Amino acid sequence: MSVPSTTPRPAVEPSIWPRLEPLLPQVTKPIQYVGGELGAVVKGWDEVVVRWALMYPDAYEVGLPNQGVQILYEVLNELPDVLAERTYAVWPDLEKLMRAHGVPQFTVDAHRSVRDFDVFGVSFSTELGYTNLLTAIDLAGIPLLAADRTDADPVIVAGGHAAFNPEPIADFVDAAVLGDGEEAVLEITAIVREWKAEGSPGGRDELLLRLARTESVYVPRFYDVDYLPDGRIQRVVPNRADVPFRVHKRTTMDLDAWPYPKKPLVPLAETVHERYAVEIFRGCTRGCRFCQAGMITRPVRERSITTVGQMVQQGLEFSGFHEVGLLSLSSADHSEIGDMCSGLAEQYAGTNVSLSLPSTRVDAFNIDLAQELSRNGRRTGLTFAPEGGSERIRKVINKMVSKEDLIRTVVTAYTNGWRQVKLYFMCGLPTETDADVLEIADMAHEVIRAGRAATGSKDIRCTVSIGGFVPKPHTPFQWASMERPEVIDHRLRLLKQAINADRSLGRAIGFRYHDGEPSLIEGLLSRGDRRVGAVIRRVWENGGRFDGWSEHFSYQRWVDAATEVLPAFGVDLDWYTTRQRDELEVLPWDHLDSGLDKDWLWQDWQDSLSEYEQDDCRWTPCFDCGVCPSMDTEIQIGPTGRKLLPLTPVNGAGLRIPAPTPQ
Amino acid sequence: MRFTSHRDFARAFERALRRAGVPIAFSQGFTPHPKISYASAAPTGVASEAEYLEIGLREPVDPGQLRAALDAALSPGLDVLDAVVAAGGSLADRIEASYWRIELPEVEPAVLERAVAAFTAAGEVQVERMTKQGRRTFDARAAVMKIDVMRSVETPSGAPGVSCAILELVVRQVTPSVRPDDVLSGLRAVADLEPPVSPRVIRLAQGTLTAQGEIVDPLDADRDGAAIV
Repeated sequence: MSVPSTTPRPAVEPSIWPRLEPLLPQVTKPIQYVGGELGAVVKGWDEVVVRWALMYPDAYEVGLPNQGVQILYEVLNELPDVLAERTYAVWPDLEKLMRAHGVPQFTVDAHRSVRDFDVFGVSFSTELGYTNLLTAIDLAGIPLLAADRTDADPVIVAGGHAAFNPEPIADFVDAAVLGDGEEAVLEITAIVREWKAEGSPGGRDELLLRLARTESVYVPRFYDVDYLPDGRIQRVVPNRADVPFRVHKRTTMDLDAWPYPKKPLVPLAETVHERYAVEIFRGCTRGCRFCQAGMITRPVRERSITTVGQMVQQGLEFSGFHEVGLLSLSSADHSEIGDMCSGLAEQYAGTNVSLSLPSTRVDAFNIDLAQELSRNGRRTGLTFAPEGGSERIRKVINKMVSKEDLIRTVVTAYTNGWRQVKLYFMCGLPTETDADVLEIADMAHEVIRAGRAATGSKDIRCTVSIGGFVPKPHTPFQWASMERPEVIDHRLRLLKQAINADRSLGRAIGFRYHDGEPSLIEGLLSRGDRRVGAVIRRVWENGGRFDGWSEHFSYQRWVDAATEVLPAFGVDLDWYTTRQRDELEVLPWDHLDSGLDKDWLWQDWQDSLSEYEQDDCRWTPCFDCGVCPSMDTEIQIGPTGRKLLPLTPVNGAGLRIPAPTPQ
Repeated sequence: MRFTSHRDFARAFERALRRAGVPIAFSQGFTPHPKISYASAAPTGVASEAEYLEIGLREPVDPGQLRAALDAALSPGLDVLDAVVAAGGSLADRIEASYWRIELPEVEPAVLERAVAAFTAAGEVQVERMTKQGRRTFDARAAVMKIDVMRSVETPSGAPGVSCAILELVVRQVTPSVRPDDVLSGLRAVADLEPPVSPRVIRLAQGTLTAQGEIVDPLDADRDGAAIV
C-alpha cells in the first residue's frame, strides 16, 4: 500500500542563513552552526542532479569528527552531478528558537533546508541518537512517520552500526543500509539519478522499490511483521513481489582503492577529536563475544602500509592537524604495524606531530609500539582492555588475556616510563557474579603493588574504567539477558569498596563507571523491534533529546514511556532487556544478513556458557562463522613487505602555500 | 567568522602554521607550545578587520611570503593582511584603543542619539558582565573616548531592515576591558535602549592612540625599521 504522492516539491529557499543568523547570538557556541570548515564543499544547487543531506545525530562537536560521515561526504562530493551537505543535532536552546521563528533543520555547508534534499542519510553509531533523529525530521518539516511522506520529502536512509537492527526506527526511516557505505552511497545515488532522469516514474514508492531490489537496501515498509500471542515475533515477510526475503550487508573489499578521508574536515569550533584519523584496517576476527563491531565488520581487510603512509602525509599537509590516530578495532593486530609505527615516528621526528594508537591489546608488543610512537616527546595514555575481571568471565566473553599477562604488561609500561595506565572493564556480562567483578579490585591492587616494586616509586597510577554491557544484535550474546540496573549499581559499589579497602593501594587507583540505567535503555533500543518505535516517539514527545549525554538523559522518561506504550502490545521493558531468548525465537533482525551464520552464533553462545574459547581465524583455521562464503569475501592481510615511503623527515621543508579549498 | 571564539581562532591559527610549514619556535618544557601571543582578541560574536598577533620563529622568513602562506592556509574569512619583522618592544603595549562600529537594526537613529547623549552626559555608567571570575560591575563610561551616531541611510552589511542606527566607538584598552556589549549595556542602563534584534559589531581598527584621539597602526613602528631584516 502506497501513499498517493503527487505533491510537487515546493520552491527551494537558497539559504536559510539570513533567518538563522539573528538567532545565533542567543545560543551557546554559535560557531557550530556556521560551517565553513576547511575541507567543506559548497556546490550550486542547480548544477547537480542528486542531493544528499548527511547527518550525524549528535551535537556538532561529536558529529563533525565522525569518520563515516566525512568519508561519504567526500566520496559523494567528488561526483560532478552530486552534492552532499552535512547537518547535526541542534542543541535545545537553538531548537526552541528555530521553532519560534520557523527556521527548519539546516545543513551547515550552504544552510539549506534539509527537506529540500533528495536523500537524507543518517549515520547511527549508537541507538541513543534516535530521539535526535526525530527532532531533525520534525524541524525539517518532514512528516515523522515514513508512511505519511510524499514526493515533496527526501528519502530518509539510516546507516552505521545501529542500522544492523533498524526495526525500532522502522516507522521513521524509509530505508536502511547495512555495512560499508562507500560503494552503497554510489549505488543509491545511481538509482536516484536514473529515476529522476526518467521523470520520477511511480513517485516515492517506485524509488523505494528500486532501492529494495538491490537486496542491500532494507525498506521496512515492504516487510510485514507478525507476532505470536505471547508477544514474540512469528515471522517477518515481504509484502511485495520482487523484494528479497533477506537484505545483505555491503562489504568494501579493497581499502587501498578508497583512501578516504583525503581532505578531512577541519572545524573552527572545538570538537571531541582534533586529529587526522586513518583507518588502518576494517573488521576484526578476535571474536570478543560482546563486540558487535567485531562481528558485523568481518572479514579483516587491511589498508597497506604504503597507502597509510601516503594518507597520513597528505592528510596532515591538508589539515594542519598535529595528531594522527591509527584507528581500527585492534590496531596492534595490523600485519605491518611495527614498520608503520617506526616509519611514521621517523618521518615526523622533531615536528611536534604526535601519533596515537588505540591500545587495547594486552601484551608487551603494544608497549613497544607505544614507545615508538612517543619518540616525539608526547606520551599519550596507555589503555588496556581486559574487559572481564576474572579468568572465568574472560573465557565467557572470549577475551584471551591471563591475569599474569596483564600484570606483566602494565609493569612493563611503568618501567618504560609511563606513570599512568587505564584499564577498561565491563560490568553486567552474561553469567557474571559479584565475585567476577570484585576480582577487578584484586587485579588493580596487584598492578599497583607490582608496579611499585618494579619501579621503586610510589608515583604510579592506574584508572579502572567500567562500561555497562549491552547485548547487541548479530553477536553471540544477542540471546543473553541483561542484568537489572540495581544489580549493576550494587556490584559497582562493592567494587569501589574493595578497591579502597587497602587505602595505600586504593589511593593510586582511579575509578570511573557509568550507572546501569542508560545501559538498560540502550539494551531496549538495540534489541528492540518495531513496537519500540512507539516508545521512542513518546520519549521524544515528552522532551527526550541527546540521550547519549548523561545531563540530558532521563531514565524515568524512558521507563514511563515504556510503561505507557508497551502493555498494549503485551510486552514490557523487561521483556526486551532482562529476558533471555531461546534458540528458536525469531529475532527482529533475522531478515537482515550480516553474513554471520545464526547456527554458528548460537554455537558460540553455547561455547561461551561452557567457557570455551574461540581462536582468531587470522592465525588459525577458519571456524566457519559464515561471513566469507555468504558475502563472497575473504580475509585480506599483509605483510606486503613494502616500506613506508618517503622516509624523509618532513621538518624544515620551508614555507608552502596551501591550495585554496574548493568552495 | 564573528561566531568564532578566541580559542577557536587560536587552534585554527596553529593549524595554519603547520599547513604553511612555518618554522615556528616552541616553548621549552614537557608539552612544548608554539610561540604565539595574541593582542586583545575580539570577543565572540564580534567581527573584526583588525586583529594583531606576534609569533616567534626558529629562523628568519620573508614577511611577504609568510603573509601569503598563512593567508592561504587560513579559512576564507580569516585573512592575513600584513606581516612585519618585530623591531622590539611588546605588541600588546602598543594596543591602546579600538575603533568599533555597531549596527543596530530596527533602532531609530534619533532614539540612539538620545541614548548616546545621556551616556555622554553621565560621568560614570556602571554595567555588569559575567567574567571568568564571576559577575563583575565596572564603569563603562570613562574608557569611551568617542561615541557617535553615524548619519548613513545605507545598511553597510546589507541586512534587510527598515531602519538601522549605526554607532561608532573608540574605546581605550583598560582593565577590566570595556567591550562594545558593555557600552550597549551602558546605553540600556542610562536610556533603556533595548535593540529588538541582535546588534552587529565590528572592530575596524586598533592601535596606538595619538594625543588627538586618532588610532595609529601598531605595526608602523616596525615598518620603519623593516630594512633591518
